[in-house]
Amino acid sequence: MTSQPLPTPATAPLARLHGVRKAYRTLTALDGVGFSIRRGEVLSVLGANGAGKSTSIAVLLGLVAADAGEAEVLGLAPGEIAARRRIGVMLQSAGIPENAKVAELLDLTRSYYPNPRSVADCVAMAGLDGLMDRRYGRLSGGQQRRVQFALAICGNPELLFLDEPTTGLDIDARQRMWATIRELVAAGTGVLLTTHYLEEAEALADRVVVLDRGRVVADGGMDEVRARVSQRRIRCLSALDVARVGTWPGVRAASRDGARIEVVADAAEDVVRRLLAEDPALTELDIRRAGLADAFLELTRDTDREAA
Amino acid sequence: MNAMIAPDSLPAAHAPLRSYALEAWYEWRRLLRTPSYVIPTLLFPALFYVLFGVLLNKGKGDAAHYLLATYGVFGAMGAGLFGFGVTVAMEREQGLLTYKRALPMPPGAYLAAKMVTAVLFASAIFALLAVLAATLGGVSLPAAQWALLALVCALGVLPFCAIGLFIGTLVGGQGAPAVVNMLFLPMAFLSGLWLPLKLLPSWIAGMAPVWPAYHHAQIALKVIGLDGGGLLAVHIGVLVGITVLFAALARRRLAG
Repeated sequence: MTSQPLPTPATAPLARLHGVRKAYRTLTALDGVGFSIRRGEVLSVLGANGAGKSTSIAVLLGLVAADAGEAEVLGLAPGEIAARRRIGVMLQSAGIPENAKVAELLDLTRSYYPNPRSVADCVAMAGLDGLMDRRYGRLSGGQQRRVQFALAICGNPELLFLDEPTTGLDIDARQRMWATIRELVAAGTGVLLTTHYLEEAEALADRVVVLDRGRVVADGGMDEVRARVSQRRIRCLSALDVARVGTWPGVRAASRDGARIEVVADAAEDVVRRLLAEDPALTELDIRRAGLADAFLELTRDTDREAA
Repeated sequence: MNAMIAPDSLPAAHAPLRSYALEAWYEWRRLLRTPSYVIPTLLFPALFYVLFGVLLNKGKGDAAHYLLATYGVFGAMGAGLFGFGVTVAMEREQGLLTYKRALPMPPGAYLAAKMVTAVLFASAIFALLAVLAATLGGVSLPAAQWALLALVCALGVLPFCAIGLFIGTLVGGQGAPAVVNMLFLPMAFLSGLWLPLKLLPSWIAGMAPVWPAYHHAQIALKVIGLDGGGLLAVHIGVLVGITVLFAALARRRLAG
């Protein structure tokens, strides 16, 4: 096999924001946002409503012009048709006409791309069996989401924007979409994922960017961001007085729920040793590291405090 | 040769022309699935023609001729104003325009498809009127006049497409039908599409040149020699000017 140079070096980011600012009249949506998306990687952008997720995507898609800063997609300015031919898009509300049939939507959208995926592949990857002859408006919410996913991947994109992709999907369909996304990523596609489901980000993302009020408050590997919150949750059945446990060094909080107590600690080891020493009858000990949800809350809570 | 070719090394093999054709074809098919558009725009001119041009005008051939031309114009107005005004307003509100801007749709394919569809629809309306006129209305014209009248009615949708587009960029999907109707029906009456201007009060007739539908109707009537004697170049000039003006206004609204 002869090697053919790739359009952009494999090491260069597929898309990049740097110091991007965007204000809508009185509201500052982006206040110096910067992050990049790489090949073969899922980047999950997290943040509360209004944190700047949608505006970041809109800037990368060329739908909104940044007031300041740099934005680049596949080495091109966002919105250039040459860049758009290499990306796939699944927006939260696509406004897809209800009186169009699924097969028509797929045929039309495929025609926009120079090197589209086959219809059979799109149907298989998005799970559109039996839907092709149906009108879009007569599909269930989950089925519509699958159609939108098919339209996003039908152009064989190098970079995929997925905005809340699995909203309205049942567990089974969500798992299948996740599997397809993992396959695409394994084949080298870069994915920018925004989601309200933190477990979705945990299941798919290699890297996480947390936005809060138009700023990046965390950017790193999934484990790194989780490690930003080093806390452990210790749960067990014990008769110990939680008010007293709460005063132990290294304990942030302690609470009781029936026979069960929950202790949030910076490091588990010392606290567990003391729990076991003080209550030999302790059972059902369970220690967990903070999940992404905890990390996310902690990170955005910090900025709340700073702002206050 | 390498079997794995980077997608963007093939731009020459990609034919955006196919996208334009598909965009128009599917727009047309979607339109035919929309009874709230098809029934009033297609049937109203035909029903009015049968009622006023045939049933209420027994033995007066001029009315059947006059109304063939003016209801053809009325049909074109409806196809352009509703086809653009209502659908653009709805699709803009629902986010389709934003979505299309993120997709690599070739430039202008969305509007070109709607324009082609409106022209086809205006032609279908005229074809229906022509059949009614030739059978029930006793209208008989030389082939060249039939053809020219069909052409005038088909191309005459363009200024109404531009006005509709502008309305579509201004109002929401819920309000658009009302706004279009408020323009559509009065303009049709005041331009002499339902009754010849000489039967209307003189101030209405005097004001008629303000309306684009008047100029379109005068061109259509000129084909069959029933026009008011205005200059063809003036009528065409006004319609071209209105098309350019409203297209430019809409473009500014869409870009903003």
